[in-house]
Amino acid sequence: MGMGGMSTRKDSPAAVEANGVSKIFGDGSDKVVALDDVSVTIKQNEFFTLLGPSGCGKTTLLRLIAGFDHPNNGNILLEGDDISGLPPYQRQVNTVFQNYALFPHMTVAGNIAFGLEMLDKPRNEIDATVANMLKLVRMEELRDRQTSQISGGQQQRVALARALAPHPKVLLLDEPLSALDLKLRKEMQIELKRLQNETGITFIFVTHDQEEALTMSDRIAVMSNGNILQIGSPREIYDHPAERFVANFIGETNFLTADLVLAKNKAGKIKLSSGKTIAATLPDNHAANGKVTAVVRPEHARIVKPGTSAALEGRLDNIVYFGTDTHYHVKLGAEGDFIVRMQNSRDDAGKFAAGSKVGIAIDSNAAQVLRD
Amino acid sequence: MSTLDQLAQSELATGENRASAIADATHRAHVRRRLLLTTPALIVLFCAASGPLLIMLIYSFLSAGDYGGVEWTLSWDGWANVFMQRDIFDGTLSIADAHVSILWRSVKLSLLTTFTALVFGFPTAYFIATRPPRTRNLWLFLITIPFWTNLLIRTFAIMEVIRNQGVINTILKSLELIDEPIQMLFTDFAIMIGMTYVYLPLMVLPIYASMEKLDFRLVEAGYDLYATRFRVLRRIILPLVKPGVVAGSILVFIPSLGAYVTPRLLGGGKNMMLGNLIELQFGQGRNWPLGAALSFSLLIIVMAALLIYVRGVGKPESGHD
Ligand SMILES: Nc1ncnc2c1ncn2[C@@H]1O[C@H](COP(=O)(O)OP(=O)(O)OP(=O)(O)O)[C@@H](O)[C@H]1O
Ligand SMILES: [Mg+2]
Repeated sequence: MGMGGMSTRKDSPAAVEANGVSKIFGDGSDKVVALDDVSVTIKQNEFFTLLGPSGCGKTTLLRLIAGFDHPNNGNILLEGDDISGLPPYQRQVNTVFQNYALFPHMTVAGNIAFGLEMLDKPRNEIDATVANMLKLVRMEELRDRQTSQISGGQQQRVALARALAPHPKVLLLDEPLSALDLKLRKEMQIELKRLQNETGITFIFVTHDQEEALTMSDRIAVMSNGNILQIGSPREIYDHPAERFVANFIGETNFLTADLVLAKNKAGKIKLSSGKTIAATLPDNHAANGKVTAVVRPEHARIVKPGTSAALEGRLDNIVYFGTDTHYHVKLGAEGDFIVRMQNSRDDAGKFAAGSKVGIAIDSNAAQVLRD
Repeated sequence: MSTLDQLAQSELATGENRASAIADATHRAHVRRRLLLTTPALIVLFCAASGPLLIMLIYSFLSAGDYGGVEWTLSWDGWANVFMQRDIFDGTLSIADAHVSILWRSVKLSLLTTFTALVFGFPTAYFIATRPPRTRNLWLFLITIPFWTNLLIRTFAIMEVIRNQGVINTILKSLELIDEPIQMLFTDFAIMIGMTYVYLPLMVLPIYASMEKLDFRLVEAGYDLYATRFRVLRRIILPLVKPGVVAGSILVFIPSLGAYVTPRLLGGGKNMMLGNLIELQFGQGRNWPLGAALSFSLLIIVMAALLIYVRGVGKPESGHD
């Protein structure tokens, strides 16, 4: 949650609310359903991330919120007001474009001042805000530079300052870091979080980098093929993926087929192929029985001696040493590979040998049943 | 580049003297080759442009022959007659009203033509540049179609449209909107319309060329930052396509100023422009020195106008709303 002295009243409306929004490009054989009946509510002061692979509709959703495109169906509310009919210049929403889109015929300061000038703010207020913004993004020395004469990271900062200067209700960021190299990217991630905290503005952030999404967001919406598959905190998304796509897209995971033998609200018991029964978390409103697929994260399992505590048994195929931890690839027979990731400690060495029979213990409640 | 490298290497390998000798030689060979390549173009330019210009410059300082041509005696009359005229009876000098009014008409109509072409050409270029790439070429093709038809034929076509018994007047009459035909042919207005029509592609094409390079995401960024359509046009699109607007304006203004066929046909005999006046001196007027001096006056006006325009428009953007 953002702070910055902004109070979030319980009854204050959501920053952005999309209701059943669809967007279709082209027609006939060229028809592309970029967004398919998408609904999402983004709270005030939230750092909200749209995460998904290329072409899943992230940019399209941002463009609908900004007003560059209009939905075929559904409506979009900004702090409770329907803005579907408004042109972009009447929406208190600003965008940080993927390629920055800085005005090449203006200086750094000119770019930052532009939005305020268009709002017809008095000159002294504009100058003060521009100075503030330059300080906020640490660009004071470069204020009179042409935008073609500054580095990529600096352009990124100017684009941020330009979009923040009019103090929008919502800031839209379309893969703002994807053009930066890894080191600069890490720096800017921290910078972005700081800016969001200091300004208290709602950020809607687009990325296809799952790690970036997990480290930066208050909540994440995972998208695929024009749909939002799951919305939740990074922890919820990572620990309790609701669908196969989400589980696959974020982090490494193991898939297990099992029989659901007991379901009580979200708690259930599943019977694995080995015959053992373990506790598992269920998605909302899940049917009470039948064949299911469950996922277990590699770090939520341990390699043990075959025997009573082991939920699964198999042959240790491969051991890959990573310094801080080790990955064990276990062949389960019909089910394929199961990967276990364990932190290394000093007395681990040589405990399990490749080719030997081992057991896999699964942490309590680490198994998550998928919705499909 | 490679010669520089060679130079650097040979300098390291051999003594400095030899190196500089080699460098000199390669440099000379370079210059020779460049000259050889540009010679044909230079010959054409000299024979077709500089040479005749030089002859005209000389003619403007000679005196007129009785039946055209020039007498090889030095005289300032050619230049004096550009703005002055000598009274036939008492020989006093006075301002040549006819010339001044022709000059004024030329400048006025050329400016108007440039402005009108800009007003019609800019949206056209914008329209074409915002079409999907596949259809753009079709639109460009349509824009250039008038170029394929002979100028005379196009001008006659305009005459047919605007003359008293022409298309416009006939329609207006049959709709009983007017009793008498509106006199459009043989007016300044007709000349302006004709020139705008003829030179419009010269405005559209350079503006389109700049517009096509324009990053339309900048336009979206403008809208995003609360700029209305008009302000996006003024603060973002115009400054960025300015080179195209300048080029288009120059390309329309210059030929307008020296236009000959269009004012001749659409302006009738009396609404002359500079081109017609110059032609008159070399023809019926039999005053070649004056014609030559007028030609140079035209050249000077064009140069001055260009200089002012480029200076004025070329200023970096500084203003705020
Ligand atoms: N103007 C358009 N005309 C036609 N199709 C479009 C248009 N814009 C987007 N699309 C299509 O809509 C789908 C979603 O596109 P969108 O740009 O929203 O994807 P994205 O999630 O932002 O992808 P990326 O990560 O590559 O930026 C894609 O299949 C794309 O081809
Ligand atoms: Mg995108």
